[in-house]
Amino acid sequence: MTVLDWLRGPARLTGTKEGCAEGDCGACSVLVGDPSVEGAEPRVHYHAANSCVLAMGQIDGRALVTVEGLKGEHLHPVQLAMAENGSSQCGFCTPGIVISIAGLAAANPESGEQDIHDALAGNLCRCTGYRPIVEAARKVIGAGGAGISGPAVTAFAKIEPRRSVSAGGASFDQPATLNALLQLRKERPQAILLGGGTDLGVALADYHSDWDDVISLARVSELRAIRETDNHLSFGAAVTWEEVLAAVTPIYPSFATLIRRFGSTQIRSMGTIGGNIGTASPIGDGPPALIALGAEIELASQSGHRFLSLEDFFLDYRKTELRADEVIASVSIPKPREGQDFRVYKISKRYDQDISTVCAAFSIVREEGQVRSARIAFGGMAATPRRSPEAERALVGTSFDRKAVAACAAAIATEFKPLTDWRGSADYRLEVAANLAERFWRDVAGETVEVMAL
Amino acid sequence: MNIDAKIVHRSIVGKGIAHDSAARHVAGEAAYIDDMPELPGTLHAAFVLAPVAHGRLLGIDASEALAMPGVAGIWSAKDIPGHNEVGPILHGETLFAEDIVDYEGRVVAAVAASNFETAYRAAKRVKLNIEKLEPVLDIEEAHHKKSYVLPAQQVVEGDVDTALSGAPHVISGKLRMGGQDHFYLETHIAYAIPGENGEMLVHSSTQHPTEVQHHVALVLGVHANAVECQVRRMGGGFGGKESQPTIIACAAALIAAQTGKPCKMRLKRRDDMVATGKRHDYVVNWKAGVDNTGRIVGLDIEYLARAGNLPDLTGPVITRTLTHSDNSYFIPNARFVGHACKTNTVSNTAFRGFGGPQGIIAIECIIDTIARELKLEPNNVRAINYYGDETGDMTPYGQKVEDNRLVEVTEAVLASADWSRRRAEIDAHNATSPVIRRGLAMMPIKFGISFNLTSLNQAGALVHVYLDGSIFLNHGGTEMGQGLFVKVAQVVAEVFQVELDMVRISSTATGKVPNTSATAASTGSDLNGMAAFKAATAIKARMTRVAAEHFDVEEDVIVYREGRVHAGNESISFGELAKVSWAKRVQLSEAGHYATPKIHWDGKTMKGRPFFYFSYGAAVAEVAIDTLTGETRCLRADILQDVGSPLNPAIDLGQIEGAFVQGMGWVTCEELWWDKAGKLRTVGPSTYKIPGSRDVPPEFNVRILDNMPNQEETVFRSKAIGEPPLMLGISVWLAIRDAIASIHGGVPYLDSPATPENVLRSVGEAKANRTA
Repeated sequence: MTVLDWLRGPARLTGTKEGCAEGDCGACSVLVGDPSVEGAEPRVHYHAANSCVLAMGQIDGRALVTVEGLKGEHLHPVQLAMAENGSSQCGFCTPGIVISIAGLAAANPESGEQDIHDALAGNLCRCTGYRPIVEAARKVIGAGGAGISGPAVTAFAKIEPRRSVSAGGASFDQPATLNALLQLRKERPQAILLGGGTDLGVALADYHSDWDDVISLARVSELRAIRETDNHLSFGAAVTWEEVLAAVTPIYPSFATLIRRFGSTQIRSMGTIGGNIGTASPIGDGPPALIALGAEIELASQSGHRFLSLEDFFLDYRKTELRADEVIASVSIPKPREGQDFRVYKISKRYDQDISTVCAAFSIVREEGQVRSARIAFGGMAATPRRSPEAERALVGTSFDRKAVAACAAAIATEFKPLTDWRGSADYRLEVAANLAERFWRDVAGETVEVMAL
Repeated sequence: MNIDAKIVHRSIVGKGIAHDSAARHVAGEAAYIDDMPELPGTLHAAFVLAPVAHGRLLGIDASEALAMPGVAGIWSAKDIPGHNEVGPILHGETLFAEDIVDYEGRVVAAVAASNFETAYRAAKRVKLNIEKLEPVLDIEEAHHKKSYVLPAQQVVEGDVDTALSGAPHVISGKLRMGGQDHFYLETHIAYAIPGENGEMLVHSSTQHPTEVQHHVALVLGVHANAVECQVRRMGGGFGGKESQPTIIACAAALIAAQTGKPCKMRLKRRDDMVATGKRHDYVVNWKAGVDNTGRIVGLDIEYLARAGNLPDLTGPVITRTLTHSDNSYFIPNARFVGHACKTNTVSNTAFRGFGGPQGIIAIECIIDTIARELKLEPNNVRAINYYGDETGDMTPYGQKVEDNRLVEVTEAVLASADWSRRRAEIDAHNATSPVIRRGLAMMPIKFGISFNLTSLNQAGALVHVYLDGSIFLNHGGTEMGQGLFVKVAQVVAEVFQVELDMVRISSTATGKVPNTSATAASTGSDLNGMAAFKAATAIKARMTRVAAEHFDVEEDVIVYREGRVHAGNESISFGELAKVSWAKRVQLSEAGHYATPKIHWDGKTMKGRPFFYFSYGAAVAEVAIDTLTGETRCLRADILQDVGSPLNPAIDLGQIEGAFVQGMGWVTCEELWWDKAGKLRTVGPSTYKIPGSRDVPPEFNVRILDNMPNQEETVFRSKAIGEPPLMLGISVWLAIRDAIASIHGGVPYLDSPATPENVLRSVGEAKANRTA
């Protein structure tokens, strides 16, 4: 059962709405709280999540705050600011928007304009045109933010999540260690491996899937870790995209920009890097950038660990190297090298929270003016995320001049046979993918190349 | 009636008061139908939808669904005791398909179960035996095959053929524009509760409770007086809940009537998008005769509108297109023809603007093309064609433009937007910018207010004064977020001069105010506000007589102020006067009725005065486009909108901003996409993209035209606001054209919506022309 169905059904907390049941409109937003492990003072970190694609098992051991809880005895400052500022018309999206802004105001009281839009990217409003909503957010943040009075922190921080929950013939396991996870994986290879559930949860919300056998990765400590060495950054598979975003912002700003457009705050707070790879969508936004960066994936089973280049993990449409007893343990990327230029571009109908028509990632390393190596990868151009070896060859050994870039673009246009669908025709995909080589060239040269950067 | 804005003291009307439900919206306490506590035994229903675009329905096999625990049954056409009818205008539009399914998503049957999930799963397990037939999916294909749902309509003035043959320039073109999903956040829902003796209470998320009431009665085979429809609020409507809610409400009521149990039907987003209608997409072919200055001497436009499988509201939608093909321009010789093309796609329906946007984008495209063909400044071509003394003031459909504010609004917006400076800056930028191009455009709107069909322009309201001085207000208008309820409450509070919170806003209910029109065509506050004004004024007149007697003064000495009733130095509270009136056996309740004056329309000749007045506005939009990817962004928009003397400027501002962004969405990111088999593939927010917060122009200057009371006697001289500013969003599309035109200096061809793909295609053509 989804948290949304539980809230609106048995709990009779109907402030949280169903607008789409696919994690895209934000009307169902709730705040999920985790006890903070840092510092002596126990604290709870809240983030917004889509309750429509959140299974009940996923909130075990966590705090849940709905729009009703946010109010308590008096309107929360966000609620007050919204009510006073004409921020609601029909009011149906409003509870979700209140939650998203409250999440931002609690987590980041120094948010700027872009942070507000990042926080609202997962909330659709069809009535207001957003101006009074953004203004209300600015007002609350300008006044120093606002806290969330959830369950008593001290009592709550002591709650240990249950390792295994069974009800009505369904079981939901959340092992704490990689060893325990691998044991379960071996015993129940048919079980759903659940990262954040932002993709799998859509089927649950549509009552397509019963989810009677689930192994959650969210509590596996090894999978939750981010490790840094001199040359690499390694992400456990259950690291969320919000956590990846924070880690890559200083080293790969272009990747960070992409991640901010990846789903929404609600989705990134739950969705994991391992899940995005494991689901093997041809239009997932993580893999092209990771492949261009030269990411390596670690697969683990009781028989041992093996390491693959990420591009070799994807075999065909939704088919991967992952064996029935294996899990994705981690993904690691090299840190930037001297002479490296990396950019990733996403083309979609809407800037925020859309699925890529084409996603293109370019990475070149230059030494003494010559391109030493190039890695170019695309999403949305084939049945899997894929590199473009011909396009890479067109750049290597050149001085990265206009002619080389034109050759690179020409290679891209001949190397793929994309599909036509509602996101774009095959012709458009080919044309834009090739044109992005020119954008990359201009971008590296310092030109402003995106309308959203204006 | 003494309602002149200049005379009437206004203490509550005209104030920017927050939406009446704002504090409950933000707390999650505003209840929508799905939030209501369910009665014991409530059944939940889900539709069985046709999986193919066209076919013969040979049989329905529900055995698997019926075997599921909790499933109560399945209902299809043969189970209807009354008439299988849900057409808002014409007969023959069925609730459940009979022998033919004519679009993918056509409602065939409904399954009910003890909970929502079971009903939804069971509906998916009903097998339909369908013999596939060839579908007609394309508008132009339908036109060639003469496949229409209705005869063509035309507005004709003067002699177009002669005008075109004598014109110094004849310019022609084609425009394709997409439809639009309403994407109200609350999907369609109804909750039907059976009562004794055949009675049925239906809570419906509808803009048209009367239509729901009548169709439920028709389907159940009972009199209308057995059915009551109620609606407290909708989670958005935008026209999508004008005719379509009958489908959902009738199915729920049918199941409730036949099981004796309450039945709720809520559509999942996907089902909502697949099964219910949208804005009409059009193909437009046009030919204009112009003189050397760009003045239009004759204009011939052929509109091919996608009606879908049924007429629904397509007839009046096309009428509004034809009566808005002039927008703000005097067209001496005109022939505007509209074809209602029948395709095997969902029947399109009302959507904010109701055909107006399609007519206005067409004429704006025409004006822009004329200007670029003749190398003239588009705004000069606009100005030379505006209605006015030098041109003319007669519309092609025979209504005189008597309240022209075009020059005022356009000159004011050009000045406030700093047009001249920015035009020069943008041209300079484009001369040196290889990839990112900028564009700038201004457009006016003139939008006719009233339903085209004269008989719909009436409303009722019910006002009671209780003995404590509190007031109960009910009217035929529905609340979908547009702030109608607070506006009408302000009108009543103004009449009695009491605090706004003394006026209780109540659910729209067919048992309280009967035979209402849909809350549509922007007329909600004009019609219901005036009906409530009349009801309140009638009660006040009686109370004033009582007060005069009470104080032993002449009636004209009595003054209502701040919740008290004064006669010189003496006063009593409004509640005390209510008690005195009751003691004197004076009626403290009134049903008000209002019918818009002056209007008439002949649907045969397509001539008349269909509109009580016009609403004016203008916008300037600036965009940037990426010539490598086709991505666009609106960087700045300046809007000036005429709202007469506003009833509530805060509410009106919200309507203007929201409408503009919705209009911008229609012409940019919102794209409906059917596959080759006729299956709609944009069926949720992950595939159908409405604007998000970052799409709103970072510089967004919205102003209301100051101090301009309506020339006509509307309620407190206000003007309607719901629809007109939606069409200002077209300025963004025009600015994108302007940016593309900078590549070659010629005429760009651009479809709507200007998705990255459509823009890149147009850029590619522009680059090719430049090279050639």
